[in-house]
Amino acid sequence: MMASSLRWARSLPLSARIGLAFVIFWLAVALVGPMLAPYPVGAFVDYDVFDGMSSQYWLGSDYLGRDVLSRLLSGARYTVGLAAAAALLASATGTALALTAAVGGAKVDEPLSRFMDTLISIPSKILSLVLVAAFGSSLSLLLLIAAITYVPGNYRIARALAVNLAQMDYVQVARARGEGRIHLALTEILPNMIHPLLADFGLRFVFIVLLLSGLSFLGLGVQPPDADLGSLVRENISGLGEGAPAILMPAIAIASLTVSVNLLIDGLKGKRP
Amino acid sequence: MTSHVEVKGLCVTARSAAGETFPIVSDIDFTLQRGEVLALIGESGSGKTTIALTLLGHARPGAKIAGGSIRVGDADILSLDTKGVAQLRGNRIAYIAQSAASAFNPSRTIMDQVIEPALIHDLMPRAQAQEKAIELFRALALPFPDTIGSRYPHQLSGGQLQRLMAAMALITDPELVILDEPTTALDVTTQIEVLRAFKAVVLERGATAIYVSHDLAVVAQMADQIVVLNQGRIRERGSADQILHRPADEYTRTLMAAARPAIRPTPRCAELPTAPLLEIRNMTAGYGKIGNDGRPRIPVLRNIDLVIERGATLGVIGESGSGKSTIARVIAGLLPPAQGEVLLKGEPLPPGLKGRTRDQFRRIQLVFQNADTALNPAHSVGQILSRPLAFYHGLKGKPARLRVLELLDLIRLPATVIDRRCSDLSGGQKQRINLARALAADPELILCDEVTSALDTVVGAAILDLMAELRKELGLAYMFISHDISTVRAICDNILVLYSGTMVDIGPREAFTQAPFHPYTNLLVGSVPEMRAGWLEESGVGAPPTPIGALSADPDLCRFLARCPARVDGLCNITPPPRSGLSKGNDILCHHSEEALTKEQGAAA
Repeated sequence: MMASSLRWARSLPLSARIGLAFVIFWLAVALVGPMLAPYPVGAFVDYDVFDGMSSQYWLGSDYLGRDVLSRLLSGARYTVGLAAAAALLASATGTALALTAAVGGAKVDEPLSRFMDTLISIPSKILSLVLVAAFGSSLSLLLLIAAITYVPGNYRIARALAVNLAQMDYVQVARARGEGRIHLALTEILPNMIHPLLADFGLRFVFIVLLLSGLSFLGLGVQPPDADLGSLVRENISGLGEGAPAILMPAIAIASLTVSVNLLIDGLKGKRP
Repeated sequence: MTSHVEVKGLCVTARSAAGETFPIVSDIDFTLQRGEVLALIGESGSGKTTIALTLLGHARPGAKIAGGSIRVGDADILSLDTKGVAQLRGNRIAYIAQSAASAFNPSRTIMDQVIEPALIHDLMPRAQAQEKAIELFRALALPFPDTIGSRYPHQLSGGQLQRLMAAMALITDPELVILDEPTTALDVTTQIEVLRAFKAVVLERGATAIYVSHDLAVVAQMADQIVVLNQGRIRERGSADQILHRPADEYTRTLMAAARPAIRPTPRCAELPTAPLLEIRNMTAGYGKIGNDGRPRIPVLRNIDLVIERGATLGVIGESGSGKSTIARVIAGLLPPAQGEVLLKGEPLPPGLKGRTRDQFRRIQLVFQNADTALNPAHSVGQILSRPLAFYHGLKGKPARLRVLELLDLIRLPATVIDRRCSDLSGGQKQRINLARALAADPELILCDEVTSALDTVVGAAILDLMAELRKELGLAYMFISHDISTVRAICDNILVLYSGTMVDIGPREAFTQAPFHPYTNLLVGSVPEMRAGWLEESGVGAPPTPIGALSADPDLCRFLARCPARVDGLCNITPPPRSGLSKGNDILCHHSEEALTKEQGAAA
């Protein structure tokens, strides 16, 4: 098992291997990060705000004098976990509906597509505001909001792919063989659209990180003193002028996370497992 | 006299995915005098296009010109820099690609594109270039030469675009024209027109040309010299006359043999008193809403009646758009007919997919033309072949694997391909898998839609042999759809000729060997190039039809009327043609009597 996954990793192109390394790193941080944090998440430990890097505070302090490293290690969990789960949920729902539409014919496709158009036309931030106001902020609600917001986009792309693939000769042959719709969707169509969908997943993931940090900025996202990577950037925005590590580090963290996810996915594309 | 084009020791190499360099073509030598036409002939992968492109100083991505020299006129192509090559291309050396339909930019007018080479190289002012283009349109026998330039590519047919591409190439009076399979994508009836136009222009302008093709018979009409290629090497080189009539090389002979399909004997099936395997009764099908008269808005097939006996083969021929594939789709249930019915062993089949039983599905299997798209790229060969086994016969696990191996053996593929994906296989191997998937169902009828069209002649001939053999062993019936009458004649018992969705001619294959034919069949038969020089000039087909009066509004008028050389004013344009039998055994849809057709076609031949 171990050996075969090592061999698999070695067969990837360099860029994908770099991506894979970062993804594994961030997954590890998400899992054990809070245990490694030198200070509690919400503790005010430094008298200076936007302090530079020092041996005491490896990544400096933030706008309230909290330790940035600790906050980063705890915040990664929300970004990685929440965004990945929401992106997965959005992609799975969107793709499932898209496949239903593609094999179901116009009678299923039309109402479903128009319904998705309606969803697209609802501004995501307003929807989130309403939902948070109605139910109060919680992690599961955030997950749901992020997923609902990105289902229509994924549906659009997956449907376009699936409808094209449904016209392919091999799908026609399967239809003429008398195959049912579920077989057509899952065995004939889905495997051939998985790579573009992975790329789309990477994109959704990045978008959801941004959506979550936007919500946090409005005070609707992850609630203080906890913070996800996006809200770390937001709350320390005033440190930008001095180039404080408090804003640079979370920004670099988001960048390395999103870029590495996309590098890995792009690297998978050319390969057949 | 020194030669005009000289290629010496040309080598092109490519890099494999593993990073190794290997030669695609090597040691290519040939020379060409001014005003001569040289043909490069070979199967796909023989390097003919690669060689043609090197004459433009171009190697496709991943390939590299590794050695040798190419001289065209006084220019040494391989020593030129990018700028020098750009000066040459489209100016002194012109290229005509295989698919003109995709080579034209759909958003610009024809004229703009045709004169573009002259303007880019600053050879003449726009007005003069346009005048010259119109002159070329006329020489290429294009309709409305004065105004055709203002049209857009989608408004013209494939054959017209191919000729316009030639006009584009010739506008700069190039020293060398390279034609890369210019008629391969065309119907035979269109091909003959395009060939005539090309030949006339080449003769008139004394152009030097290199003609790349896989079709010896086409090459016979055009070339002075022939170079036969196989796997990147020259197998034989000589004058057209010598290669065609006294080929010295073994490989050339194989090519020649494959180009003339051998007539395969058909096993006579015992006459059983039961219902025929498949019967179609008065079927009309098409797309769009079905109107009050029971016809769809865009009818594709009209009043089709046919019968396929057990173990028999019916050939269906016609040009693209004649509705050949639609018949197969209707039988398979992919397109429910608007009228009429399809009977399997005397029992009516439900019109669409819905309501058909699994056993009915099993009896009829569909094999598509293009194995690249007909086999799911995400599945392995084993998966592809075991699905019908599990679906129809409930075979799983070891017995399924054994049956897959049996099938692979039946189609003469090694057992090792079972775990490979189809993208790793060659075109011929893929087509075999495509066929094996249909066989896995144990069908009684296989609908073969142009199964050999995308293949090289040698590979296609092997597939035909395989099909004939399977038929003998398994008692299969085929419906064999093709645009190539010689292939159909080679393996089918009965032949149906479709024109624009109507059955114009149907009968046993013996009836398709000599006149009289339906006028359209006559055009089809006469358009197949013969493997000798001079055929193009002698062939009388494609003569312009006589003028005719206004058409009546009857929707059942002869569909071939607009192109029929034998049409009669006052009859053909007023009343629908009757279906009448000829003494040879075929039924034709025509006003003419047998005697009239014999006289007409006897005179033309």
